[in-house]
Amino acid sequence: MIVVEDVHKHFGGFRAVNGASLTIETGSITGLIGPNGAGKTTLFNTIAGVLPPTSGRILMDGEDITGLAPHELFHKGLLRTFQIAHEFYSMTCRENLMMVPGGQSGETLWNTWFGRKRIADEERALRAKADEVLEFLTISHIADLKAGEISGGQKKLLELGRTMMVDAKIVFLDEVGAGVNRTLLYTIADAIKQLNEERGYTFVVIEHDMDFIERLCNPVICMAEGKVLAEGTLAEIKANEQVIEAYLGTGLKNKDKVGA
Amino acid sequence: MDFLNALVVLSNFVLIPAVAYGSQLALGALGVTLIYGILRFSNFAHGDTMAFGTMIVVLVTYLFQSWGISLGPLPTALLALPFGILGCMLLVLFTDRAVYRFYRQQKAKPVVLVIVSMGVMFIMNGLVRFIIGPNDQRFADGERFIISVREFKQLTGLSEGLAIRTTQGITVVTALVVVTLLFWFLNRTRTGKSMRAYSDNEDLALLSGINPERVVLYTWLIVAALATVAGTLYGLDKTFKPFTYFQLLLPIFAAAIVGGLGNPLGAIAGGFVIAFSEVTITYAWKKVLKYLLPENLEPSSLMQLISTDYKFAVSFAILVIVLLFKPTGLFKGKSV
Repeated sequence: MIVVEDVHKHFGGFRAVNGASLTIETGSITGLIGPNGAGKTTLFNTIAGVLPPTSGRILMDGEDITGLAPHELFHKGLLRTFQIAHEFYSMTCRENLMMVPGGQSGETLWNTWFGRKRIADEERALRAKADEVLEFLTISHIADLKAGEISGGQKKLLELGRTMMVDAKIVFLDEVGAGVNRTLLYTIADAIKQLNEERGYTFVVIEHDMDFIERLCNPVICMAEGKVLAEGTLAEIKANEQVIEAYLGTGLKNKDKVGA
Repeated sequence: MDFLNALVVLSNFVLIPAVAYGSQLALGALGVTLIYGILRFSNFAHGDTMAFGTMIVVLVTYLFQSWGISLGPLPTALLALPFGILGCMLLVLFTDRAVYRFYRQQKAKPVVLVIVSMGVMFIMNGLVRFIIGPNDQRFADGERFIISVREFKQLTGLSEGLAIRTTQGITVVTALVVVTLLFWFLNRTRTGKSMRAYSDNEDLALLSGINPERVVLYTWLIVAALATVAGTLYGLDKTFKPFTYFQLLLPIFAAAIVGGLGNPLGAIAGGFVIAFSEVTITYAWKKVLKYLLPENLEPSSLMQLISTDYKFAVSFAILVIVLLFKPTGLFKGKSV
């Protein structure tokens, strides 16, 4: 469970996150929606340790994780993906996935020279796991391509694959669906659902695609101007006047009027 | 026969020196390129880092010589090299802890770090001169030649001779070993891969649980080793003088940029491009042409494009040309 308590993140005079408080239940797939510039990604960044919050606290299962570095949070099982897919472009997709698990014995100079056997065994296990993940994401055929050369949608899948290489507790997905075609989007949605049900990952999803949100998310949190505006099921959110005002727009209202 | 003589002269005065010099530049440029790729700034202190490492090698060599320890035909400096590498590692780790880490934590812009590295450069520069003085130090000992001119002439019966100095042989062999090790390390080991990952995409590396401080530590250790090896080889081949190492910064940066900053393969290619250009352009071609051209066309001048005094102009010219026409370098680097 992640509890965000009155988090502020200011850039100079600009208050990107301005007193956001929310709770993310373990085992849920929480949707985070809101207009552009609402502070969704900044909130992600403060939770994931990329940006230290100006004030406020973030608790993970009761433990204060405010201001911890990203790699420390990673070892606690808190992972995130990026709005614009990130990859290690000079490495193959398989190597990209094999990079992920921390604490490999090959990481110390001593083992590099004197622990060759142990490293080789670990690598073999990792390689098998990476292939399994690629298979699951239906992208086995790009395993040996350089990650810098694959398509945007495939990069998104690779991002998701990264979270499957370790036993994550909670995964923050920043617009996994942006720039991805429908079919692939549903593949991603299915993968998320399956990971949630089978492995018990908790997901927090930033997304603008309402179909995607509807398929996956409960509850949904709507942010605007750095604050949490409303929280509830998608139906409740859709009915919320403030949300309509700030995000969904009067287009819906008009449609209702036309319908009536 | 004339053609063979021309070839021998060419090898003796151009090819062999350029290969040796190119290896030294390549090793230096590898250090610069690793810092640029992983720590994301141009390290102007690299020349003086080389000088510091070499200085320790020189001092330890003198100590060994006074104790009567030697490697027979090989220079004693090879025995002192590990001490130099260790000393240099300590120095760069100290500067990193004392200076660079502060700016890293501030997430300072690369241009700030460049200026910081200039400050470090001046301090290291002063430190080296303070300890060993500004003068020339000759520390090469052991056998001077693998093949000397006289032996070569006797062996082949040609009128021109070819000499391969021991230091040139050692330079090429050491460079080959070091480069092979480095590439194996970067491409085949987990530590090397995390360094490449960190270089590819810092944000993602951090969020994949790669410990940045460890990557930075290993980078500095490797760079210190490369710098000391490069500096010692250069010092053995020529002489050790602190100011020359400061001057080496230009061809080294030119090599790294020509190859594509941040790309290790490019650094090696760049090193050789710069070395060959510098040597061929400043070489007096009269002797080679004498053999190749008919007698009546024999050149009366030296046929030297520019004097060796201006050899640094060559690096500069190549640098400008590359930056104008292919700013990312021969191999795609990171430079903009």
